[in-house]
Amino acid sequence: MSDLLPQLTQQLFNGLSLGAIYALIAIGYTMVYGIIGMINFAHGDIYMIGAYVGLVTLSAIGVNSGLPLPVIVLIMLVVAIAVTGVYGYATEKLAYLPVRNSPRLVPLISAIGMSIFLENWVAIGQGARDMAVPALITGSVHFTMGGSSFQVTASYSRIMIIVVTVLLMIGLSLFIKHSRTGRASRACSQDLHMANLLGIDTNRIISFTFVIGAMLAAVGGVLIAVAIGKLNPFIGFIAGIKAFTAAVLGGIGSIPGAMLGGVLLGLAETFAAAYISSQYKDIVAFGLLVFILLFRPTGLLGKPEVEKV
Amino acid sequence: MTKSNFSNALIAALMAGVLVAPVFGLQIVSVGLKTSLKPQWNMILAGMAIVFVFQMIRPWLRALAGRRMALPALPAMTEAGRHKAIVFLILVSLVWPFFGDRSQVDLATLVLIYVMLGLGLNIVVGFAGLLDLGFVGFYAVGAYTYALLYHWAGWGFWEALPFAGAMAALFGFLLGFPVLRLRGDYLAIVTLGFGEIIRLLLTNLYSLTGGPDGISGIPKPTVFGYPMLRRAPEGVTTFHQLMGWKFDNQDVIIYLYLATLCMVFFTLFVSTRVIRMPIGRAWEALREDEIACRSLGLNPTRIKLSAFTMGATFAGLGGAFFAARQGLVNPESFTFIESALILSIVVLGGMGSQVGVILAAIILTVVPELAREFAQYRMLVFGLVMVLMMMWRPQGLLPVKRPQVELKV
Repeated sequence: MSDLLPQLTQQLFNGLSLGAIYALIAIGYTMVYGIIGMINFAHGDIYMIGAYVGLVTLSAIGVNSGLPLPVIVLIMLVVAIAVTGVYGYATEKLAYLPVRNSPRLVPLISAIGMSIFLENWVAIGQGARDMAVPALITGSVHFTMGGSSFQVTASYSRIMIIVVTVLLMIGLSLFIKHSRTGRASRACSQDLHMANLLGIDTNRIISFTFVIGAMLAAVGGVLIAVAIGKLNPFIGFIAGIKAFTAAVLGGIGSIPGAMLGGVLLGLAETFAAAYISSQYKDIVAFGLLVFILLFRPTGLLGKPEVEKV
Repeated sequence: MTKSNFSNALIAALMAGVLVAPVFGLQIVSVGLKTSLKPQWNMILAGMAIVFVFQMIRPWLRALAGRRMALPALPAMTEAGRHKAIVFLILVSLVWPFFGDRSQVDLATLVLIYVMLGLGLNIVVGFAGLLDLGFVGFYAVGAYTYALLYHWAGWGFWEALPFAGAMAALFGFLLGFPVLRLRGDYLAIVTLGFGEIIRLLLTNLYSLTGGPDGISGIPKPTVFGYPMLRRAPEGVTTFHQLMGWKFDNQDVIIYLYLATLCMVFFTLFVSTRVIRMPIGRAWEALREDEIACRSLGLNPTRIKLSAFTMGATFAGLGGAFFAARQGLVNPESFTFIESALILSIVVLGGMGSQVGVILAAIILTVVPELAREFAQYRMLVFGLVMVLMMMWRPQGLLPVKRPQVELKV
């Protein structure tokens, strides 16, 4: 029994770092849905592209370039953020803007097409096989708990995920709360037409939403690529569905909800992998999605949607 | 040519450069654990140039496209003329395989399976307006029902076929029951989740389904109990012995084609009839306006559930034919891409249009087969076409014309 506590702590830590990634991606889903009511199916693939850009940058710098480690990671993040920001902008302008006022299914199908396109775009460009990411951050912290034989291991790369995510979340919350653009985007998510009437450039805000979402997803992509050490062009699909689950769990349209949902989903999945079976962790995630939508479609922090005739 | 047009094009070209660079321009070469980059500047420059030129001539293109092309519509036919055309098409589809070559007939069987799936999904998406992204799950249930019944109980194709349909219908009913209360895009994601769960279960229930390897050696259908085999097992008369023919593999393929064709006719017949029944009218009414339907006393859950179950049944039947054609089933055949393919058959054909679905199934199955050497680019183009279709022609190739009257306010 004495092993239980350290084991739980270990799973909690793993779950948190996984959940942080889901939260980063989920924000993109939730912000876009909050404003234009559309599921951006290609968002998971933006995350994958972020990971690839990070790897390209790392290869350009070289692992043994002599630069200090934090600088390398920072450059990777900045380049990935810049490039995926352009991807977010371009996908919105090319695939979603022209169909924005169509019936609901049309943008969704367009987004599915975009997702398939982006996956194969990268698969042709960089090869469809698994690609190894050079080990950049090695080592870990070990805690010995309660004199038991079981150690809690926290690798530096996973600690970095949690730290970077928390910083970004605080930054994003402040930005949305206090900046002019943030206020405008909140106004848009409450009522797009009214915001437009009051002089907000809604097209610009929608673009901004896509760009911010893409940037956060890119950070997630770079961090996970460094932590896991391999990637392929198809990682975006599953990650995207799970992040969407996280967004729904927290209440779609709500930014704090996406953060909470991401962490909860990460924890649920890690514990399922540890205590049920690692093969069934995806089933647990999908099962969770189904259950939330059935019993609480508005999610934990979401507002109920009233349908008016 | 205005100045803003030029600067717009320049910005677009720069963005294209940023988009192309990390994917095509700088290729990652990994040697052992080290990675390096192989720059391909010509790719980046070519991408930028194309976008620049396109942006420059876009206003001109738009002016050209302003003169819209007329939508191709089915030529108006009299009732008798249509009947003649249908009879003619049926005869052609029945007779041609005897003159076609083996791989063509085999491909045609695949096309027919997709027609069946397309018609099934058309009921769900086209008529009832429910976006189902997990349709492949029911297809998998049908295929595995036959495979498992053969593997564990030694059942033949024709005995297993109704069970494949019934099993898929049962799954559709059970899964549909809770999820159909959800709104459009939530429904899409939940069905996607179900499709993935079914695939993951098939992969992980190793002792039952054989896991990732699947089940192989699934036999082809028999002819009224006489198997079409080169060598008969003890005490069994094969079909060619019965007829006193020489065994020919071509016959087996033609027979499977004809069996599938019959099933497609059945599917087509049932679905054309059903949409003229009150239930079919209710599907369409529900798609157009759920609130109005409810206020008229229709039960949305029951109506949606019937569409969902019926679509699933057709998918299950298609799955059994797929298992017979391949002789092997594994979870790899039932990924999300397959769902997306069936969905694009429905969308490309024009939601709710049965002729459109048949045409789209032929296009989407035969074109990739013809463009084998471009296989790598197949899915890329596929995704692009989905986006472009939604932009330019969301109603599909052959949209259905519905008689309608609108009040002028």
